[in-house]
Formats: sequence, C-alpha cells, structure tokens
Amino acid sequence: MLSYAIRRILGAIPTLFIIVTLAFFMMHIAPGGPFDSQRRLPPEIEHNVEAAYNLDKPLYEQYVLYLDNLAHFDLGPSYKYRDFTVTQLIESGLPVSARLGISAMLIAIILGLALGTLAALNQNQASDYSVMSLAMVGITVPTFVTAPILTLIFGVYGFNLFGHEITLPVGGWNGGAFRNMILPVTVLALPQIAIIARLVRGSMIEVLHSNYIRTARAKGLPNHLVIWRHALRAALLPLVSYLGPAVAGILTGSLVVEQIFGIPGIGRYFVQGALNRDYTLVLGVVIAYAVLVIVMNLIADILYAVLDPRVRLG
Amino acid sequence: MASPAAKRNAELMERAREVKGRSLWVDARRRLARNKAAMVSIALLTLIALMAIFAPLLSPYSFDAVDYNLVSCAPDWWPDTTVICSAGGAHWFGTDSIGRDLFVRVLYGARVSLAVGFVATLVSLVIGVTYGAIAGFVGGRLDALMMRFVDVLYSLPFIFFVIVLMVVFHRSLVLLFVAIGAVEWLTMARIVRGQTLSIKETEFIEAARAAGLSPFAIIRRHVIPNVVGPVIVYVTLTIPAVILAESFLSFLGLGVQEPLTSWGVLIADGANQMETAPWMLIFPSLFMAVTLFCFNFIGDGLRDALDPKDR
Repeated sequence: MLSYAIRRILGAIPTLFIIVTLAFFMMHIAPGGPFDSQRRLPPEIEHNVEAAYNLDKPLYEQYVLYLDNLAHFDLGPSYKYRDFTVTQLIESGLPVSARLGISAMLIAIILGLALGTLAALNQNQASDYSVMSLAMVGITVPTFVTAPILTLIFGVYGFNLFGHEITLPVGGWNGGAFRNMILPVTVLALPQIAIIARLVRGSMIEVLHSNYIRTARAKGLPNHLVIWRHALRAALLPLVSYLGPAVAGILTGSLVVEQIFGIPGIGRYFVQGALNRDYTLVLGVVIAYAVLVIVMNLIADILYAVLDPRVRLG
Repeated sequence: MASPAAKRNAELMERAREVKGRSLWVDARRRLARNKAAMVSIALLTLIALMAIFAPLLSPYSFDAVDYNLVSCAPDWWPDTTVICSAGGAHWFGTDSIGRDLFVRVLYGARVSLAVGFVATLVSLVIGVTYGAIAGFVGGRLDALMMRFVDVLYSLPFIFFVIVLMVVFHRSLVLLFVAIGAVEWLTMARIVRGQTLSIKETEFIEAARAAGLSPFAIIRRHVIPNVVGPVIVYVTLTIPAVILAESFLSFLGLGVQEPLTSWGVLIADGANQMETAPWMLIFPSLFMAVTLFCFNFIGDGLRDALDPKDR
C-alpha cells in the first residue's frame, strides 16, 4: 500500500512539472506585456521596469529563475497589485475559497448520497422520478444562471420563513458570516449534488441486484442493515473516484460564484488577473489549482485502493 | 407430396422474402420518433436555430443600435408596473442598459452560442476520433502511452487553460472556438478507442472475414456503424458542454467582446441589473437553459435509440 502511494506521488511530479512549464511558456510568448499602456513609457523607464521584474533576461533564464523561486514557494510579484506578491494574494484568498469549496463539497456529498440512495430504493416510483428530474436541472443549468436567479429570488425579493421576512445578502464575504455563505455555497453545491445523486443511484441499483445482497437478505438481515452495511459501501466506490473531477468542478464554479457574490477568494483574483493580463498572478493561481486537483486525484485513487479490495496494487 | 412441415417452411420462406429488412438506422429513427422529450427538443431547437438565423428579419431593430431614450426599459406586457419605463414598440423583451433591443440581442447570442457549439464540437470530433482510432487500431504500447497521456490531461481543470489561452492571445472568436474544441476531445478519444478495440476482436467481424467479405466491406458494414452510434450520441452531448464553456468564459468577460454578444455576456449584464431590470437576466437565461435541456434530451434519446443492446 505504502509503495503504491509513494509511486503515485512520484508519478504526480512530472505532471506538475509539465503544467508549470506549459503555463510559463504560454504566458511568456504572449504578445504585449502587462506594462503596455495607452501612453508609451520613455525607453529608459521601460528598461528599468523590465529589469526590476527580470523581464530583460533571456527566456530560459527567466524560466530557471521562476522554477528556483517556485521551489521556495515564491511566485513572484503581482504585476497589477504592485504592493503584493502573488504568494501573499493566494495566501489571503485561499482560506476564503477553501471554506467555500469545502462547505459546498460536504453538502454535495451528504445530500447527493441521500438523494441518490432514496431514488435507487424507490426505483421507477414518483420519488425516483422527481429526484432524477431535479438532478437533470442541476446538471444542465449552469452556475452563472442559478447564481443570479437564486439571488433575485432570495436576496432581492426575499422569502417568508416561519413568519419572518428574510432577505439574504446578495454579496460580500463579511468575514465568512453564515448568512453570507448560504447563497454562494448553495449555488456551488447544486450541480455537484445532482451529479453525485445520479452516480449513487446508478451504482446503488447495480449493487442491489448483486448476489451478495440477495444472500444478505436471505440470511434474514433487516433491510436497513443490508443497505447500510453492504449496499452503501459498494455504492460509495464510484463516488470516491468522482472526488477528483468534483474538485475541478467546484474550482470552476468558484470562479463564477466569487465573481458574482464579490467574495475575495483566489477565483476572483484569477479572473481579475486574467482580465488585467496580470501574468504572474494568473500563472501562480493556475499552479495552485493544478496542485489542488492533482492532490485530490491522488487522495481519491489511494482511498479507492483502500476501500476496494478488488483493486490489486501491482 | 410435401409434408405439412415442409409446406409451412416454404410458406415462411416466402413471407420472409417479402419482409423488408430493417437497418440499424431505420430502427433507431423509429425509436427516436417514439421518444417525446427528444422530438419536442428537436422541434424547439429547430425553432431557436431558425429564429437565430433570421434574427434581422424578425425585428425592426438592429442588434447594436443604441437608444438612450430607452435605457433598461421593460417590455410592454411586463406584469410589474412599477418599472421605470416601458419600451413600447416591437421591443418584445425590453431593452438593455444602453437601450439596445434585447430580443434581437438574445437571438444574436444564440447565433454565437450555436456556432461555437457546432464548430468547437467539430474540432473536438476530428481530434478525438483520429486520436482514439489510432490508439485503438495500433494497440499495444503506443495505445498505452496515448491513453496514459489522456488520463493525465483528464485530471486537469481544462477550462483554466482556455482562460490562459484567452489571456495570452487577444480574445478572438476563432481562437475561442478552437481552444474550447481542443480541450473537449478527451472523452471522444476514449470512446472511439474503446469501440475500435472491442470491435476489432468481436466474433461477428471474424465471421464476416470467414464469409469472405473484403476488409473494406467489413469496415463499411460493421466497424463504422458500430463506432458511429456512440460518437453521434457523444457529439450531441458535447455541443451543450461547449456552449456552456463559451458562455462561462463570456460571462467572466474573457470570451465574446462587445458589440457582439453571447448568452454569457447577456446573463452577466442581466445579473448586474437584476434588481431594476430582471428581464435582462430572465430572457437570456431562459433561452440558454432551454437550449441546453434540448441538447441533453436529444443526446439521451439518441443513446436509447442507437444502443443495440436494448433491442
């Protein structure tokens, strides 16, 4: 098991290296730099600016320099937010994004599991059909449509909860207050709930038809134990291997959600950086995202191997 | 004198000769026609596509004609009468924040979205089918290497690379089309490779070879029909994914640029104005959602219709 884990971790390093290299060179063959403005700078000032950011050196030297800095977790200065380094920006944004993403992920797993199991146990009945139609909506309608529409309904028009008129805040982070988290987390979790519910329903139905479930029933195990102890465990496996893509989905969704709700996470920095052609910032965030996704895939693979005795770690 | 059994046999043979054979495609079409959701979706999509194509004829307004007297005006029939102004005339969906007709702009958004959908899907189709077919056909070590590469790419959030591309090269429509297509081919490659691999080894191919069919005829009669089915299904599911990717980028301001528009741009504008002008959000969202639903229903319908296992 340990050697499998180590081999997988070592395998992830070249992937990461390729991503960093690809992103770096793509950024640096870009026509036009971050300091192009309407007014042309005098040549000597332009030269000084370029020297300050090492842009006057040959490309391969810049590349080696970047890798060297990266090894010390130094992602360089932001071209647009002049007083900050990219590392500082990511450090300030990551906790916010992580809190948002992890909340959404947990809700998605819990609700997705519950709804998927419910649908599978009532296959081809009304509750199954309603869960699956909802899942279809959740998968089809994109985040950038659900976010403004839910905001319009719950943030602008407001709603009545047990006699209290409630309008949720339409934006801002407010230090991560619960009220401010409700809408963004909901929007982020919706598509994942839908995908997980579908996944769990499919695998659950398959598992419920398998021989060992029949055996468990035949030996007189009560229904809830059959489901809890036997069916759910096997039905969890596809969910585990979906964890990697789920993280990628949440990251993509967070770009929209942080933009719409004005949340100061790394997704917002990434979009702002992309709009401002802030190359170092974009490069830094892409690397951070790649690390996150690769690590998540790694964890999912190892978890899968732990959970499924059929996986041979040859 | 023939026995009754032989007579009956002859009769059956006679009847069998009269029965017209049904090909996979006739069967599939018949099954698709029975799928109500898919048929309604096809009708709706055709309607949206026709409206998009003939957009300039449907409205007296141009998509980029600004009217500062009609800024963010509601359509005449809007139920909430407390709105600031009523657009009047033929502004069926009201006007946007600089007084452009929203109906025409939504249809122009449909043009961009549908065009991206088809072009980018075509790009992904070409790359995916070529890649998958080579891997599946050659097999062995090359196949393992090529598929390992796909696995590595699979684990990356690819939309970020499209964003990087859009940052690096100035945001052009053509690049947008190609870039999105270039990241959506992975699943297609997997499907084609898997199909090619499994079909290569099947008994019916062996039987066809034993029956003396030429390799060309085998490919035409047996390999292509079996690969085309899943590919068509996946194409109909790639189109909405691609439309979504384009609108996502446009929503963030990294895709289609003014005065041209797309549903993503319109939804972003609408989201900014939703408190005062909700129609600017509702109409583009509605068109987009309906289109995505239609493609998904058609994809599901085609999958059911083309999967020979269920016959």
